[in-house]
Amino acid sequence: MAQEMTMSNTDSASRGVSIRLWRKHSAYVGVIPFLILVSIFLLWPTYSVVSGAFQDSTGKFSLSVLKSVIKNPAHLTAFRHSLQVSAITSVIGSVIGALFAWAIATGKKDGILRRISLSASGVLAQFGGVMLTFAFLATFGFNGLVTSFFLKFAPHSFFGHPTWLYSITGLCIVYSFFQIPLMFIVFLPTVDNLKPQWREASDGLGGSTLEYWRRIGIPVMTPSFLGSFLLLFANAFSAYATAASLISQGSIITPLGISTALSSETGSNNPALAKALSLGMVLVVVFVMTLYTLLRRKVSKWEQ
Amino acid sequence: MNKPKTGGRVKIWRRTILVLVALYLLLPIVAMINFSTKTFSGGRGLGSWRAIFQQPDLIAAIMTSLELAAIVIGLIFFLVVPTVVWVHLKLPRLRRPLELICLLPLAIPGIVLVVGIASIYRWISIHISESPLTLAAVYSMLILPYTYRSLSASLHSVDVHTLAEASRTLGASTYKMLFGVILPTIRAGVMSGAVISIALVLGEYTISSLLNFQTMQVEISLVGQTDGGIAVAISLASLLFVFLLLVAIPTSMHRENKELESETA
Repeated sequence: MAQEMTMSNTDSASRGVSIRLWRKHSAYVGVIPFLILVSIFLLWPTYSVVSGAFQDSTGKFSLSVLKSVIKNPAHLTAFRHSLQVSAITSVIGSVIGALFAWAIATGKKDGILRRISLSASGVLAQFGGVMLTFAFLATFGFNGLVTSFFLKFAPHSFFGHPTWLYSITGLCIVYSFFQIPLMFIVFLPTVDNLKPQWREASDGLGGSTLEYWRRIGIPVMTPSFLGSFLLLFANAFSAYATAASLISQGSIITPLGISTALSSETGSNNPALAKALSLGMVLVVVFVMTLYTLLRRKVSKWEQ
Repeated sequence: MNKPKTGGRVKIWRRTILVLVALYLLLPIVAMINFSTKTFSGGRGLGSWRAIFQQPDLIAAIMTSLELAAIVIGLIFFLVVPTVVWVHLKLPRLRRPLELICLLPLAIPGIVLVVGIASIYRWISIHISESPLTLAAVYSMLILPYTYRSLSASLHSVDVHTLAEASRTLGASTYKMLFGVILPTIRAGVMSGAVISIALVLGEYTISSLLNFQTMQVEISLVGQTDGGIAVAISLASLLFVFLLLVAIPTSMHRENKELESETA
């Protein structure tokens, strides 16, 4: 800057240029504080995880940690469980959530029911975590409401003996507490967009309800539905808080494995392993989110 | 003849789904009320609810989380929003990179971000501060996708360029233009982003627990290991608190959007 100024004193033409240059680029100064914060707390950590997965404990390039992860059946099982839980809860969440969205969308547009449903879903989808675990335990836990009910009336049933609380089954049930509301939030705009004229046109041409859904409703909503499914998948796959507050020991899914590798309390602090496991997670989420973005583009074309 | 029949069937389906979902949403709430009012003797009582206030660590942690939420809101208002608006107005070339950065947290799970950020927080705790309030920095990264989305939606619905031009011709400073002219017009977007951010900060567990900071969720989880009743009571209370927050805000947003619509119409 100072240099530009002294130069500009000598020549009025170049002065104009340099002022214009400064004017042109001074706008960039405005983004510097944000850029610094983002670099330290977002970009560098991301880089550190991805590059760290390819390093040994001394910081040299090496595939040894990644290789050891791939060869370790415990890590592979956890990874498979993570994928399973995500897939199962995304199927449950997207189907029930979509039906819920349809039921609300066919109601009043600015009705109280719609607003309450949206807010309640927002709480469960964005805020849940630890609190959902306690909601789950209060419902299905050993002293829970549902459990006591079934103990009284059907003591040998699935809900009467919740031996599955801390297993994959338990995780799937508690995850659906936030998956269904998330689906409701992201899918509601799509159902809102189903134009009544389409239905009228279908009826006018003699189409039945079944035909309307099979040939118009479902095909139109499919891209958005698949996109929402992917979003749910990434959401469940990334989730940690609910699982960690429910299952205090063991690494049944990959996020819990990462936290075990990370925690120094047990003396097993192994940042290299944590980074290698994290890389696996990032690859899955980035893949899923890329597909999601591509699908969204298709969706927004016809929703406009 | 055909129409009322299908209408009736739709109604039945609709009601069935709504009842089932309502049951599913209300069952845990009822279970939590039931669980948190149980006493050891098998009767009913508000012991667990009263005990919340006898947990100094829990109260302190709740205060920490509320302070964090306030700082993050401050960062949104004075850093994220001005930067996004600035780029939108003056640096169109940076729009795409900014969007990518803002959406990056969606591709990086919280647990992964902790792995990368642990060393930075170790450095901060040694050289700058051990305060849990330092979490505000990483929290402001987590909320970027939500803030960015609601912001960019409202920036596209208002002609910001004309507004900026007009305020400049009328002699407003850059500060005045950002905070006095543009910010009020995109208030709805900022607000909805801010509310989601409050919910996210108050509900955050992954990062704070693994960095050993005592936030609200970490304390609730800790209390839950010794006394389930208190944990369930405070969980229910905070779920309802955030629910009321979300119910209150969309109303004003809705009103504002309607105003905007009627103005443009």
